Amino acid sequence: MSPHATRRVFTSKGQTDGCSPPLSLIPMAQSIRRDSPELPDFSLLKRLARDQLIYLLEQLPGRKDLFIDADLMSPLDRIANVSTLKQHEVDKLYKVEYKPIVSTSDQLCFLIRPRLQSVKWICDVVNADKAAGKFRRYKLIFTPQKFYACENVLEEQGIFGDVTTDEWGFHLLPLDDDIISLELPEFFRDYFLDGNQRWVRTAGCVLHLLHSLYGPFSKVYGIGRCSKMAYESWREQVEEGEQKGRDGEIGSVFLFDRDVDYVTPMCSQVVYEGLVDDIFRIKCGCVEFGPEVTSSDKSLKVMLNSQDKVFNQIRNEHFSNVFGFLSQKAKNLQTAYDKRCGMDIKQIKTFVSEELKGLKQEHRLLSLHIGASESMMKKKTKQEFQELLKTEHSLLEGFDIRECITFIEEHINRQCSMIESLRLLCLLSLTENGLLSKDYKSMKAQYLQSYGVDHLPTFANLKQLGILVEQPTGETLTAMENKVGKLVNDRAAGKLTDAFSSLAKKSHFRALSRRLNLVPKSDEEYDLRVPKDMAYIFSGAYVPLSCKLIEQVLERDGWTGLEEVTRLLNGQEFAASGCSEADGKARSDTQRTILVMFLGGCTFSEISALRFLGKEKGYKFIIVTTAITNSARLIEALLDNRA
Amino acid sequence: MYIMSVVYNRKVELYEMSWVLRDGLRDSLVAAAPYGGPIAVMKESQCLSPSVRPQLDIYTASGVTMATFPWKSGPVVQLGWSVSEELLCVQQDGTVLIYDLTGAFLRHFSMGQEVVQSHVSEAKIFHSPYGTGVAIVTGSSRFTLATNIDDLKLRRLPEVPGLQGAPSCWAVLNQDRQTKVLLANGPELYLLDNTCCTSVVLPGGSPLDGVFVHIAVSFSYKYLALFTDTGHLWTGLANLQDKLSEVDTKIRSPPKQMVWYVVTCRPVCLPTCLSVHLPVCLPTCLYPLDEACVCVGELDGVRLLSPSRHELLQEVPLVCEDIFKIASMGPGALLLEAHKEYQKSSQKADEYLREIKEQGMLGDAVRQCVEAAGHEQHTHTQKALLRAASFGKCFLTNLSPEAFVSVCRDLRVLNAVRDPSIGIPLTHTQLYPLAIEVCVCVCRLVYRRLYPLAIEVCRYLKTPEYQGVSRILRHWACSKVQQKGESDEVMVRCISGRLADSPGISYSHIASKAYDSGRTELAIKLLDYEARSGEQVPLLLKMRRSQLALSKAIESGDTDLVYTVVSYVKNEMNRGDFFMTLRNQPVALSLYRQFCKLQEQETLKDLYNQDDDHQELANYYVSASYREKVQANCYVSASYREKVQANYYVSASYREKVQANYYVSASYRERYWWLKLKSLAEKEEWEELEKFSKSKKSPVGYLPFVEVCMKKSNKYEAKKYVTKVTPEQRVRAHLTIEDVEGAADAAIERRSEAEIGTVISHCSSSSSSSQRLLLDKLQRALTTANRK
Repeated sequence: MSPHATRRVFTSKGQTDGCSPPLSLIPMAQSIRRDSPELPDFSLLKRLARDQLIYLLEQLPGRKDLFIDADLMSPLDRIANVSTLKQHEVDKLYKVEYKPIVSTSDQLCFLIRPRLQSVKWICDVVNADKAAGKFRRYKLIFTPQKFYACENVLEEQGIFGDVTTDEWGFHLLPLDDDIISLELPEFFRDYFLDGNQRWVRTAGCVLHLLHSLYGPFSKVYGIGRCSKMAYESWREQVEEGEQKGRDGEIGSVFLFDRDVDYVTPMCSQVVYEGLVDDIFRIKCGCVEFGPEVTSSDKSLKVMLNSQDKVFNQIRNEHFSNVFGFLSQKAKNLQTAYDKRCGMDIKQIKTFVSEELKGLKQEHRLLSLHIGASESMMKKKTKQEFQELLKTEHSLLEGFDIRECITFIEEHINRQCSMIESLRLLCLLSLTENGLLSKDYKSMKAQYLQSYGVDHLPTFANLKQLGILVEQPTGETLTAMENKVGKLVNDRAAGKLTDAFSSLAKKSHFRALSRRLNLVPKSDEEYDLRVPKDMAYIFSGAYVPLSCKLIEQVLERDGWTGLEEVTRLLNGQEFAASGCSEADGKARSDTQRTILVMFLGGCTFSEISALRFLGKEKGYKFIIVTTAITNSARLIEALLDNRA
Repeated sequence: MYIMSVVYNRKVELYEMSWVLRDGLRDSLVAAAPYGGPIAVMKESQCLSPSVRPQLDIYTASGVTMATFPWKSGPVVQLGWSVSEELLCVQQDGTVLIYDLTGAFLRHFSMGQEVVQSHVSEAKIFHSPYGTGVAIVTGSSRFTLATNIDDLKLRRLPEVPGLQGAPSCWAVLNQDRQTKVLLANGPELYLLDNTCCTSVVLPGGSPLDGVFVHIAVSFSYKYLALFTDTGHLWTGLANLQDKLSEVDTKIRSPPKQMVWYVVTCRPVCLPTCLSVHLPVCLPTCLYPLDEACVCVGELDGVRLLSPSRHELLQEVPLVCEDIFKIASMGPGALLLEAHKEYQKSSQKADEYLREIKEQGMLGDAVRQCVEAAGHEQHTHTQKALLRAASFGKCFLTNLSPEAFVSVCRDLRVLNAVRDPSIGIPLTHTQLYPLAIEVCVCVCRLVYRRLYPLAIEVCRYLKTPEYQGVSRILRHWACSKVQQKGESDEVMVRCISGRLADSPGISYSHIASKAYDSGRTELAIKLLDYEARSGEQVPLLLKMRRSQLALSKAIESGDTDLVYTVVSYVKNEMNRGDFFMTLRNQPVALSLYRQFCKLQEQETLKDLYNQDDDHQELANYYVSASYREKVQANCYVSASYREKVQANYYVSASYREKVQANYYVSASYRERYWWLKLKSLAEKEEWEELEKFSKSKKSPVGYLPFVEVCMKKSNKYEAKKYVTKVTPEQRVRAHLTIEDVEGAADAAIERRSEAEIGTVISHCSSSSSSSQRLLLDKLQRALTTANRK
C-alpha cells in the first residue's frame, strides 16, 4: 500500500505528542513579515454604510417600526446596532417572516433585499391595511439596489403610489481586516444556475466603490464570464465618472468565477477556521457555540476575527496542530498567572491593573477554543471521518476509484447525511470528468431511493452546472457539439447563458492537476506543522486550484504560459492594465497588495491558502467575496427539493 | 462724444443698420432680445387693413435679415424673445406661438380658455431665474401668468378691486422667488400675487400727484421707477420698502417708453426715460435723440434702436472715465500718453513714465489700461490701450499677466461676434453675466447655427470639451437630422464622422430628434453609435422596435433594462411570438423563467412546452406534484426516511412490502439490511439483531453490525459479530471494539504492512507494559513482513 494512506490520515497523534508547539506557530504571533504591506483601512466602508442608512431612516421622520429581512439581520448588526437605530426613532424591530404583522406604529419601514417574495409580502401587508381602513406610511429600503422587477410588482399590486422606495447602497461588509463580503449568498444560484445576471452590475459597483476609495488599480486579471462582465460593467462606470489621479492603496485585482473551480469548495475543510465553519457555521463573521462547547447550559455568540488573539493564531492552522498549540498556550497562561506568587503588594497591584485583564480575556477565549476543538475532535477523529478524508484524497489523486465508488455507495445506502453523500458524488464527477453512464444511473437511483425522489430536480441542477454529470457517449457528444456549434454561430454568441455553455463544459481536473501540479508527490511525508506549500490546507493532499491559478498569474504577471490551462478551464481569461501607470519604486508597497474577488463565494480554506501564499511571497491579499461558502452551502444552494 | 454730467454717459454707435424699413419703426411691434440678441419687427395689426397680412421680419442686431415671412395667424399683441432666443408671439386670442431664429414654427400654447373671449389687451414677456415667462392682462382686467414657458403652468391672478378695463400701467416683479404683478389704476397702486391683491403706498413721504403712466423695473429686478402724468419720477427698490429719489422732470407729455439703465458699480441708480418725440431724460440731463427709436434694456446700459442706426447708451465705466477725462492725471491716462509719445519717439514718454513711477502707480496704470480696453467698443481704442498696457508692463517685474491675457482673449471673441455680418453687440460685462457654464456668445452663435465660429470660440476660450465643443456638435447634429434630402447613410456617416471622438455626446438625443422629424430608420442607425444602452432602449421601445431593444438591453448587461423590455414585449405581442422572441435571447429567457417561477407557474409550463424542453418540463411536473402532495399529506415528503424508520415496527405487512420491494436488486438489499440493522440497534433490540444476522448471509458484511453496536457502546454484543467479519476487515473490527491485541493478532496473521502500521499507531498512545510487549511483537512482525 502506498504511504498516502498513512500520511494524510487525520489522527489524533498531533495532540498527544504535540506538547511543544508546532514550529510554524511560533513566528505567527508576529506573523506579518517585514515585507508584507499594510492593509488599507476598510472600516471606512462601514462608516459610509452607516451614514447612508441613518440618512435614509431620517427621510421618514418620526417613530417607526423597522422590518428587516432575516439574512440582513447579522450584517446590519455589524453596521448599526440596536441603540443606533433607536436613536433614529426606530421603535420596534421585526424580522420579515411573511406573516401578517402585528405592529401598531403608523410608520413602517422595510429594509429588504430586492426579492420578489418580500415585495409581494409587503404588498399583502399594505393591501390588508387598506382593507382594514388603516392609514400608514410605508418606506421600502432595498439593499444594495432596487430592481425594476420589484417596482413592477408594486405596480401590479396597485400600491406603487402608497409606498416610497429607496436604495441603501450597502455593498460591502468588512468581515475582518482582509475579508470583505457582499453578503449575497444568492449570487451563486442566481448567476450560475438560473443565468440571471442581475448581480453582475452590483459586482461592477463594488469594484467601482473600491476603486474610488482605495484605487486606482494597476492591473486587473480575471477568469470566467461573470468576472469579465463585472469588469466591463466597472469600466463603464469608471468612464462615466471623472477620474482623479492619486496614489492607490491596492495594486492588482484578480477576479475569479466560482465555476472555474468547483473542486476546492467540495473538499472537507481541515484548517481550523474552515472546520469551525463546516461544523458550527460561521455567520457573518460570528459563530454560535452550543452548550457542548461552552461547557455551560447556554450557547454563546462569538465574533471570530483578528481581534480574537487566540483565534488569530490558530485560524490558518491545520487542525491536527491546533490542540497542541492550545495546550502550550494554556501552559503559558498558567505561568503568567503563577508569576503573582512571588510578588510583593506593589507588584501585585501593577499586575492586577495591567496584565490581569488581558490574561482573563485570553483565558476566556482559550477555554472557548479548547471547547470548540474538543467538540470538533469528537466529530472528526472518528473512523468514519478518516475514511471520508481518505476517499476524498483518493479522488483528488485519481487513485482506487472503484473503491471510492463503493465507499460512496455505502455512504448512500447507510443514509448518512444527504448533503455529504451528494458532495462526494459531485467530487467524484468533478475529478473524474463525469461519471460513466452506468455508474451515474445506478448511483442516482440509489440516491433517490435513499433520500427521496424529490431530489430529482437537484440532479438536473447539478447537471446543468456541470458539477455532477454523466460522461457523454460518443453519439450524444457530437449531437451536443452540433447544438452548441449552432448557437455559437448565432449573432449573440458571446452572450450565451451559462445554461448553454455549461453543456459544453467539461471538467478537466485530471489534466489540470498534472499541469499545475496540484497534487503533490505522495512519496514523502508531509509535515503539517511546517507547511511548504498551500496543500497544507488539505493535509498536503491538494493545492486548491483557485489559489494556484492566482499564484501562477501573479508570478507570470499575466496569462502567458498558461494557455493550455486556460484552454482546459474553458478560456474567458483576461488581463488588463488599470487606469494608473505604476510609477516604480515609490508604490512598490501597494503593488503587492492584491485584491481577489470571488464571484460566487469562497471558502475559509481558500482564504487560509492565500494568507499562506501572501506570507511566502510577501503579498498581502484582500479577499472580496459575494459570500463565504463551503461545500454544504454550495450544495444547499442547488437543492431543489423545497419547491 | 462724452457729455458732462454728474456721471458721465456715452453713446456708442454699434452699427449702421443695413435693413430697409419702409415706414421706420413707427406703428410696428418691435422686440429685441437682451445680450445683443436678434430683433423682430412686425407691423401692428390695427394699422393695416384686415385684408393685408403683416410681414414678420427677424434681423440681427446689425440689421441683417435672418428670416422674413408673412404672418398667417391671428392679430398679434406682443412680440418677445425667450432666453434661448425663441420668438414668442402673443396673439389676441391668448395663443402664444413660438418660432425659432430662422422663422421655423416650433410649438404653441394657450394662455387659457377665457382669454379667447375676453382677448388679450396687453402682454409682457419677462425673464426670471426660472426661464422666460409670459404675463397677460385680458380685456376683462384679469391677469394670467406663466413663469416658465418650457414647463407651462398657468396662474390666474386674483381680481383687482375697482379696475375697469386695462390698468394704466403695470410691470412684472420678481421677489422672494415669487413672480408678482405691480399695476397702477390711475393714482392707485396694487400688488398682485398668487393669492391676493394688496394696495400699495409708495414709501418716502408725500404721495405723488397725478396718474401713473409708466412703471419700469430694472434688468435685475432690483430697482423700480414710476412716472406720473405730471412729470414726477419716483425711484426706489423693487421691494417697495425704500425710496431712492423723487424728481420733477418737468415733462408733461408722457414718454412712450421708460427703461432702466443701471450701473451696479456706482451707488447712484438712474432711470432713463425715453420717448419717441422727447429727449432722453435723465435726472440732470436731457439727452436729445434725432430719430424715433426703440430702446432695449441691457445689463449695463440701454440699446437705442432707430431705423438708421443702433447705438448703445451707457454710463462711462470708471476706468475709462479716469483715462479719457479731459486733463485727467490718472495713472492710466499718463501711461496712455507716455506710450503715444514713445511711438512718436519723443523723450516726453520718459517724463510721463517717471511721473507715474514716482507715484508708484505703474501697476495700477497697467491694470487701468487693460480694464478700460475691455470696455471699449472700437478696435483702435482697444489696441491703443492694450499697447500702452504692454508698454507699461515692460517696466514692471512682478505683474501677473493673467488679466492682460484674458482681456485680449475676450476682446478677440467679442470683436469677432460684433462683426456686422454676425451682429451680436455684446459688451465685456455681458460676456460672463451670471456664472453660466458657457459664455453667452457661444450660445448665441449656436442659435444662429454659426457652428464653425462657435467651435472656434470654444477652442479659443479653452472651454472644456464636453461643455463647449460637444454641445455645439450635438446642436449641429440635431439640426442636421431635421434637414430633408440627404439619405440616411450619408447623414449617419456625416454625423458620426464629425462627432466621433467628442466626449459627452448623446446619440440618443440626436436620434430622438430624428425620430421626432419622422426619420425612424435614421434614428435606429444613429442609436447604434450610442454607447450607453440605457439610453438606447427607451427610444427603441418608443419606436416599437422591441426585438432590437431586447438585444440592446441584453448587450448592456443591465438586467433591469432587460426586464423593462420583457415586460413591455409581453404586453405587446401575442404569447407565441413572445415566447419565440425569448427563445432567441437566453438571458431574457432565464430572467423571465425566474420571474415565472415566483409569479406564474402555469406560464412556465407553457414556456417549457413551447421550447420542447423536456428536462425542465419533467422537473416542473416533479416539483408541482410534490407541492400538491405536501399539501395533501406529508407522507411522501422529505421526512420520508424518518417515517420509514418510525413505522418500521408498526405493521408487519409493511415490512413484508419493504422486503418484497427491496429484494429486487442487490443494492436494494443492502439498503434494506442497513436500514434494518440500524433501526434494531437504535431500539437496542439486540436479540432481534442477532436473529437478523443469522437469517441470511449479510450482503453488507458484518462490520456494520460491530459498528452499530459500538455506536450504542455495547461492546458485549459487538464482540459477537467480530468473528463473522471477513479477514480483510477484521483488524478494523477489532480496533472498533478497542481490542488492540485482537487487532494485532489479526494483523500479524494477515502479514499486511499497512494494517500492522495502523495497529502500531493505535498502540503508541498508551504506555502500559502489556502494550509495550505488544508493540515489540508488532515491530518484529513488521520487519518480517518487510523482509518478505
